[in-house]
Amino acid sequence: MLYQEAGQLARRYAAERRIFRLRQDRIGLLLLLVFAFVGVPWLGNDYWFSAILIPFMVLSLAGLGLNLLTGFAGQLSLGSAAFMAVGAFAAYNLQLRVAGMPLLLSFALGGVIAGLVALVFGLPSLRIKGFYLLVSTLAAQFVVEWVLTRFSWFTNDNASGVITSPPLIIAGVDFSSPQGRYLLTLGLLVLLFWLGKNLVRSELGRNWMAVRDMDTAAAVIGIRLLKAKLLAFAISGFYLGIAGSLWAFAYLGTVEPHGFDLSRSFQVLFIIIIGGLGSVLGNFLGAAFIVLFPILLGNLSALLPVGVIDSGQLENLQKVLFGALIIVFLIKEPEGLARLWQRFRLRLRVWPLRY
Amino acid sequence: MTAVAPVPLLTLDDISLSFKGVKAVTSISFAVATGEICALIGPNGAGKSSLLNVINGVYQAQSGSITYAGQTRHHMRPHQAAEGGIARTFQNIALFKGMSVLDNVLTGRNLKRRSTWIEQMLRIGRAGAEDDEQREHAERVIEFLRIHPWRHALVGKLSYGLQKRVELARALAAEPRLLLLDEPMAGMNAQEKLEMSQFIRDINRELGTTVVLIEHDIGVVMGLSDHVVVLDYGRKIGDGTPEQVRNNPEVIAAYLGTRRSQPARSQ
Repeated sequence: MLYQEAGQLARRYAAERRIFRLRQDRIGLLLLLVFAFVGVPWLGNDYWFSAILIPFMVLSLAGLGLNLLTGFAGQLSLGSAAFMAVGAFAAYNLQLRVAGMPLLLSFALGGVIAGLVALVFGLPSLRIKGFYLLVSTLAAQFVVEWVLTRFSWFTNDNASGVITSPPLIIAGVDFSSPQGRYLLTLGLLVLLFWLGKNLVRSELGRNWMAVRDMDTAAAVIGIRLLKAKLLAFAISGFYLGIAGSLWAFAYLGTVEPHGFDLSRSFQVLFIIIIGGLGSVLGNFLGAAFIVLFPILLGNLSALLPVGVIDSGQLENLQKVLFGALIIVFLIKEPEGLARLWQRFRLRLRVWPLRY
Repeated sequence: MTAVAPVPLLTLDDISLSFKGVKAVTSISFAVATGEICALIGPNGAGKSSLLNVINGVYQAQSGSITYAGQTRHHMRPHQAAEGGIARTFQNIALFKGMSVLDNVLTGRNLKRRSTWIEQMLRIGRAGAEDDEQREHAERVIEFLRIHPWRHALVGKLSYGLQKRVELARALAAEPRLLLLDEPMAGMNAQEKLEMSQFIRDINRELGTTVVLIEHDIGVVMGLSDHVVVLDYGRKIGDGTPEQVRNNPEVIAAYLGTRRSQPARSQ
């Protein structure tokens, strides 16, 4: 009865096209946004902001970036962290070398540069598919990491290669506190997810899915495969680049190539597989699973009486348990958490009836 | 039945296609008049599907030329064909399985868009009005083929016969001048075949679309088409009205396997 849908009929196509067609969903989203922008900064503490919420949000954004490419356009990629690194280093160097560069503009330009780099590494997708493409995007991972460590110009000749990120000042307001970083990340997250959702529902999004599902048929109805695939790489790179800037500036507080190694690429890939390929919501669910679950397991194991298992083994046990859970999840629901949520919501809409 | 228009919409001239030495189609020429329903028939492996693939650019013929709407090309590219108003369906259904019926039909209209993806992403300019237009047209096609009860269903979950109809809807959404149908009735029961032939006839009569179709059911072909082209082993062995083709001894031989007098099929 919570979802009282009676009377909510779309009278115009525009009404049916809304992202949230049901009034309840719109109210729910509004409450969630108010809570996130007003409630959380007031309630949360530094630990929550810095260790949980910010990485969760940045990884959700990175997940969306990869999901556009892999989940929607069907092009596999293991170069996510490389494009994040390009975005972060580009934004850093723009801040460093261009006097008076506004922070947000440097993020955006960093995203554009990452998009262009992704486009170049996407060129092989015109000839190769599937796992072969996956391996060729792996090249991006190694090349970018090598270039950033080999040429010290990118790290401003810093001896350690680890640079403290500059203060986050936008229009004279300092966002460097944990709360400020949280709000900055949240703001960009909401904007980019809105744009992303619009994108996948637009003509381009449909073209991507057409290329994913059956590329011959897509070509025959007039979709230019070249343009669709390269745009997918470029836009995905843009999202990953901004996620990279946020990862370095708002989460790590340092800009360093090793923050963007291969394991980060895998992490982003896991997020979209667990969350759901071709789903926008799934990126949040997958990132929450990846970020929150290890923390939850850590807290649970702290409840065990001291001395039962020594701490080194406990850490390994957590990893084993986490891995096992991923496998269980993928067997139970191969389409990811987003699908699970969809089914739950369908239930909720007819509750208390069964169907 | 015969409608011989002065200018054909599509002319194939001496088309040959081979795959690594294996000849699929050998010097085939025929013309499709504007507004007619032309059937390509022939036994399995006769090269019918290959010929459709040459017409809309999926395969490139090694020799010969295609004249479509007054333009002669050595070969087509798929998007050139689509932009020229050639739409098609496939023998093995080639729908976008992860998308709804409506979205599949809308992809068929992707060439009718004028707004850029940036306008659509930011939801500014012509994007909104164009969305309505696209949807309205897609709905007309959906109604026309009576698939409206399933418009929000995922196509992967629909029955075979319905999927065939959705594929036709996607092709039709592009407002084609020439519609290529590769076995639109394969695997259907008599009732479904009847419905499908009625849809094809309606498309031809009401929308004026020229149709080239491949079909094995001779009864359906003879009743539906104005013009029949018969292929066997990659060669054309018959071309004419259904009556002419029905009485062609070579066609009868190919279909029924009658023993022919010696050099019936000389070069």
